[in-house]
Amino acid sequence: MTSTDLGMPTVAPDDVGFLRGTESFPVAAHRALADTQLRRNLGHATRTIRGKRARVVAEVPDWEELRRAGEAIKADTMARLPELLEQLEEAVTARGGVVHWARDAGEANAIVASLVREAGADEVVKVKSIATQEIGLNEALAEQGITATETDLAELIVQLSDDRPSHFLVPAIHRNRSEIRDIFLRALPGVDPDLTDEPRRLAMAARAHLRRKFLSARVGISGANFAAADTGTISVVESEGNGRMCLTLPDTLITVMGVEKVVPRWSDMEVFLQLLPRSSTAERMNPYTSTWSGVTPGDGPQAFHLVLLDNGRSNVLADEQGRAALHCIRCSACLNVCPVYERAGGHAYGSVYPGPIGAVLSPQLTGISGPDDPNASLPYASSLCGACFDACPVRIDIPNLLVQQRAASIASHRTPTAQDVAMRTVAAAMVSPARFRAAERVLGLGRFAGRSGRIRFLPYPGSQWTSARDMPTPPPETFRQWWKRTRGAGS
Amino acid sequence: MVEADAGRWVVTAREEVLARLRAARDAGAPRGGVPPTPREYRRSGTLAPGSVEVVGRLTETLTDYKATVYRVADEDDVSAAVARVLEDAGATTFVAPPGLPARWLGEVTARVRPDEPPLSVARLDEVDAVVTGAAVAIADTGTFVLDASAPDQGRRAISLVPDHHVCVIRAADVVSSVPEALARLDPSHPLTFVSGPSATSDIELDRVEGVHGPRRLDVVLVGPM
Ligand code: SF4
Repeated sequence: MTSTDLGMPTVAPDDVGFLRGTESFPVAAHRALADTQLRRNLGHATRTIRGKRARVVAEVPDWEELRRAGEAIKADTMARLPELLEQLEEAVTARGGVVHWARDAGEANAIVASLVREAGADEVVKVKSIATQEIGLNEALAEQGITATETDLAELIVQLSDDRPSHFLVPAIHRNRSEIRDIFLRALPGVDPDLTDEPRRLAMAARAHLRRKFLSARVGISGANFAAADTGTISVVESEGNGRMCLTLPDTLITVMGVEKVVPRWSDMEVFLQLLPRSSTAERMNPYTSTWSGVTPGDGPQAFHLVLLDNGRSNVLADEQGRAALHCIRCSACLNVCPVYERAGGHAYGSVYPGPIGAVLSPQLTGISGPDDPNASLPYASSLCGACFDACPVRIDIPNLLVQQRAASIASHRTPTAQDVAMRTVAAAMVSPARFRAAERVLGLGRFAGRSGRIRFLPYPGSQWTSARDMPTPPPETFRQWWKRTRGAGS
Repeated sequence: MVEADAGRWVVTAREEVLARLRAARDAGAPRGGVPPTPREYRRSGTLAPGSVEVVGRLTETLTDYKATVYRVADEDDVSAAVARVLEDAGATTFVAPPGLPARWLGEVTARVRPDEPPLSVARLDEVDAVVTGAAVAIADTGTFVLDASAPDQGRRAISLVPDHHVCVIRAADVVSSVPEALARLDPSHPLTFVSGPSATSDIELDRVEGVHGPRRLDVVLVGPM
């Protein structure tokens, strides 16, 4: 860190954590698309949740008013984020908590590891937290000889199968019940060999496996859904009770929270506790929400640490429109309604933030280093159908952000590449396998390249190069015309 | 020396993160400023707190999420209901927070384990059930809230580790909506919002009841029917 960097909004480092995959979206999505089991699992799960969500949202007559309030509270938060964080720090400290600040993933990991060691532990129990996935905390702790056990059922499935999460709410959404049974039979110590794939029995197997760990854990690690600046109250929203276990039974609790999770007032929870459960699990209310402020003598952990994480968020905040991506409350509604997500699955996005919101958040957190940056392809992982905006409980205009990020992606390099072409076509193609096959021909044949091999004309946003860089006269056919003509040609 | 190093780091990081965020706040400030937050949503529900209707609605929403509800007309009837649900579950021992009203337990035959002095986690794990009160309940969502600082609700661990939770809710504490409930709560106390027994949606996004929290949830609702 040089002194000239001090105080400049900064992107996340790319050597630690999981904000970027190793290949572009079209390449990864292509493979996912060939996996019919994955498509079936995702299709089944997202269809189920879409129907339920629509029903519980329809029960709320003031849903639109709640969305508008949620949107405005978040916009207000971003406009005074540093002040609110200082207020939060003061409130948490006044109630016996200790606040730490982390510039990036590496620093957050180091803080957590040293806190675990100070507590004299070499094992921790974790509540699902996307922020700690983002920074690669488990891997960093393992390097220090500290074993982190994921306790959320889906996270446990991911951890046991050495997999990566693919959804905010259900990181193992890409697995069906019989695959989960197989993972448990293979990797759960002492599991009943007669375990069936009945969901209830699978849940019981996880309960039996984790119970002793909960009851003896000395350090718990969590994320935070919300943190009220005025009272220092942190909230964790969950279902299984694993969160309550981790937040209540250990002596030491460490909460890692992205700076954008602060909300101005405790009373703002009246909005978010209505918006989040219905959008997320499609329930009127999730089974458990825990809230706490600092340390309570005689109840729960007697040492509480709050780690406030930047890791690229300052870079997102610095963009007037792009900062709306920080409003996200990780409900996953936009994933569940997205036709591209439903077909490509979460892994194709590379980052721990998948789906429509991931497509606009990840590239802003990491910045785009050039045409070969996998995150440069993410803003194209959409057909811009608008379903994500309609579903978003805090009214993030994701389609608008996608278009804006496409422009940013283009601005990062001077000439379009074959990948740019592929990126644009693949999203529309995701809507049906037949279209995808058509799009593949684009990839293979390089339709846009003229005889010289130079790109002569591209539709928006590629057109930004051609118009801005005085390219040769565009061909008579527009992209739409071309698309219409070629889409039907063969299968 | 890790300690001292960590200490120095943390201070520096604080200044730097705040400086970055201040710069970003200004660089990305909305040109038109931030409009005031519209709060046109309902701040109070359609059913009056404590009314027969709101208690009826709570009964429905609790039942929807697999809690079993027992209605009793007044507090004198609570102990018979608690005795019955413990017996039905085959519970022979239960933990009670220090300030649980004695009259709620008059007819209970299961043996009480008072949480005073606090029971160890291992002891809590051996107890069959827990009986608590609640700070407030929300009819719209089928939720009750435990306030760990309230004498009839007790510290968080006692309502978490035993596998069967019996919660007694007074009609006067039942409101219709989430905003009304939050207005009655003190955020400086640890709070637990409970909506049904523990559950997961992690297998194919379908709700399955019974994971790490109490797998059985019985509610005794006290008030006019
Ligand atoms: S962007 Fe909106 S819909 Fe998507 S996960 Fe975030 S809050 Fe939910």
